Amino acid sequence: MTFALWGVSHNSAPVELRERFAIPAQHLGEATRALALEPGVEEAMILSTCNRVELLVRTRNGSADLRPFMQQRFNVGEADYQRCLYRHHGKDAVRHLFRVAASLDSMVVGEPQILGQVKQAYAAAREVGALHSDLDALVTSAFNVAKRVRSETAIGSSAVSVASVAVELAKKIFGSLENKCVCLVGAGKMSELAARHLVANGAARILVANRTPEHARRLAEAFNGEVIAFESLYDHASQADVIITSTGSSQPIFRREHGERFMDRRKNRPMFFIDIAVPRDADPALGKLDGIFVYDIDDLQSVVATHVADRRREAERAEAIIHAEVEKFVSRRSIEHAVPTIVSLQEHLESIRRAELERMRGKLASLTAEQQAAVDALTRGIVNKVLHTPISTLKTAAQQADDPGAAAAVDLIKRIFNLEADDAAARKAKSAGSS
Amino acid sequence: MPVVWLRVALGLYSIGLVYSVAALGRRSRWITRFTAPAVQLGMIFHFVSLAEFAHQQGSWVSSIHDLESLLAFMLMFGFALVFARYRTVTPGMLIFPAVFLLTFAAALGKNPIVFTSPMLRKPWIAVHITLILAGYAALLFSLAACVLYLLQERGLKSKSRLAISRLPALDVIDQIGYRSLLLGFPIMTLGLLTGVVLAQSEFGAAFMRDPKILLSLLMWAVYIVLLYTRWSAGWRGRRAALLASAAFVTAIAAWTANNVSSIHRFTR
Repeated sequence: MTFALWGVSHNSAPVELRERFAIPAQHLGEATRALALEPGVEEAMILSTCNRVELLVRTRNGSADLRPFMQQRFNVGEADYQRCLYRHHGKDAVRHLFRVAASLDSMVVGEPQILGQVKQAYAAAREVGALHSDLDALVTSAFNVAKRVRSETAIGSSAVSVASVAVELAKKIFGSLENKCVCLVGAGKMSELAARHLVANGAARILVANRTPEHARRLAEAFNGEVIAFESLYDHASQADVIITSTGSSQPIFRREHGERFMDRRKNRPMFFIDIAVPRDADPALGKLDGIFVYDIDDLQSVVATHVADRRREAERAEAIIHAEVEKFVSRRSIEHAVPTIVSLQEHLESIRRAELERMRGKLASLTAEQQAAVDALTRGIVNKVLHTPISTLKTAAQQADDPGAAAAVDLIKRIFNLEADDAAARKAKSAGSS
Repeated sequence: MPVVWLRVALGLYSIGLVYSVAALGRRSRWITRFTAPAVQLGMIFHFVSLAEFAHQQGSWVSSIHDLESLLAFMLMFGFALVFARYRTVTPGMLIFPAVFLLTFAAALGKNPIVFTSPMLRKPWIAVHITLILAGYAALLFSLAACVLYLLQERGLKSKSRLAISRLPALDVIDQIGYRSLLLGFPIMTLGLLTGVVLAQSEFGAAFMRDPKILLSLLMWAVYIVLLYTRWSAGWRGRRAALLASAAFVTAIAAWTANNVSSIHRFTR
């Protein structure tokens, strides 16, 4: 394994430090190219998001020092490097990349953006020609692993923020939010956020009611909505399918009798109250009416909590998938690496066999065709028997790529059969052929 | 041969039954994928069986088993329509057991009540029966939708994990129920009308006192109430479910009233 991954993330560094590592999107290509030109680096990719900056490289001989690159790029002191930088090599680097792409290393486990960000990093690296063989295969595998995790586990399926839970619930009631009307009563960060999510999911009309008219106007402008007078709230509220309420009122604003009136006017079409206020704006009795659904902040937060627990459980299943995929990738790659050696070993002995047969041709000419075939089979059999042990040793060694003993055995076999020279010659021929 | 096709259909419908049971245990994730293709394949075999039976006997319905089979097919047809439009198999939770039982009775039942009356050869009778059965199927669908609506409403109100369950959105369930009512009502009305006209020409005015006719009219009246309350006041959930069950109970009563009816006894 000659992969190495150096980085900082939300797990290792506070934001003040992470921001000093950040590489703006427009410089990503240039930075990646520069990294690929570092001594010892064959291929490179840089992933830079608000939660992590990671340098992923394939090195020529297993180790490359990326410190000069970092020191030159980032304004970070030695002590900070010691404190926050993590370095993974070989199989660990593969595992780390797979976990990142599958969103297991994210701050909000299972969030979907990270895969897109890895794809952007990949595109940027390809564009500047920093990816061509093994690292390209590694990143492509990471995409497949992420896809597999997403389809085989429910890691990203449930909402884990109050605003997205509100949207999910609204969708469970109304099917789609297209053309639905949302009424914002009172103001607050959380209710604005919930409204923003609903609008992003298709809600068409926004009504804003606030005791302070300026606040109402400001909010209505932000959402391109309409202001309704707080005094006439009960006359207009029945138009809304979703009511987000967060006033500072000490008494409930929406009571059972209001609900009955709304349902009458709406011909019993369902209504969804998102009550973010404490003390609550919606009387609990309101939620007992048919067709009216009231979720207060605790209800929403408890849905969030169960979803977070679900994700944690799914994350465990995802880790198992990652583990299996890392093993698969590593062994596939080692076998791919062993294949050329095996092939050249076979070719090497085959050429010796042919040369010897050729040399003996005159002496064998007197044999019948049948006898000649027997000689051919005999020599072939000897070669195969001789090759059997070295080839199986190569195959086993390939699967134990991390075992230094195995690597030594491969080197020894190469040396015994003088394969390095053959390899070099073959590569030369290939590059001559392709250019 | 048609019985063989019907049994193949029954085998495929049994996957639907497994889905229904699994859905109760809320562990249906993997089976859900196989359900729709399996039961729709079953429908094809079922149709072949129906057509062959009709061809052999010269009539759609010559025994009680044909009726059961036809009704099961209508239900499956409704399921296929809903699936094509809404991509949900959940109404199957309640529909598949009924389909399975009906098909089971038709495919494996012995000694059916055979309708020997020559009247059944009349094409209008076939139209009458087909329309009425389609009406029953639509009614059963709206009842199923009502039950699902109640389940989903409960889930959302209880704020439990069921709240974000795999049931379709409340509004989608509501549409399925309302649309099957809207579709079923004219079909049922036409079916009853053809029946009335046929009976009038065969038996004269006396048929009106027949219990089956009275029950059918009662069912039709409940159907109207169901539609009217949904249309004018938007009744959903509990109240709609109660009305739909009432309509369904009268429909079952009307279905079984053959035994006490003088004009629907085609077994002379």
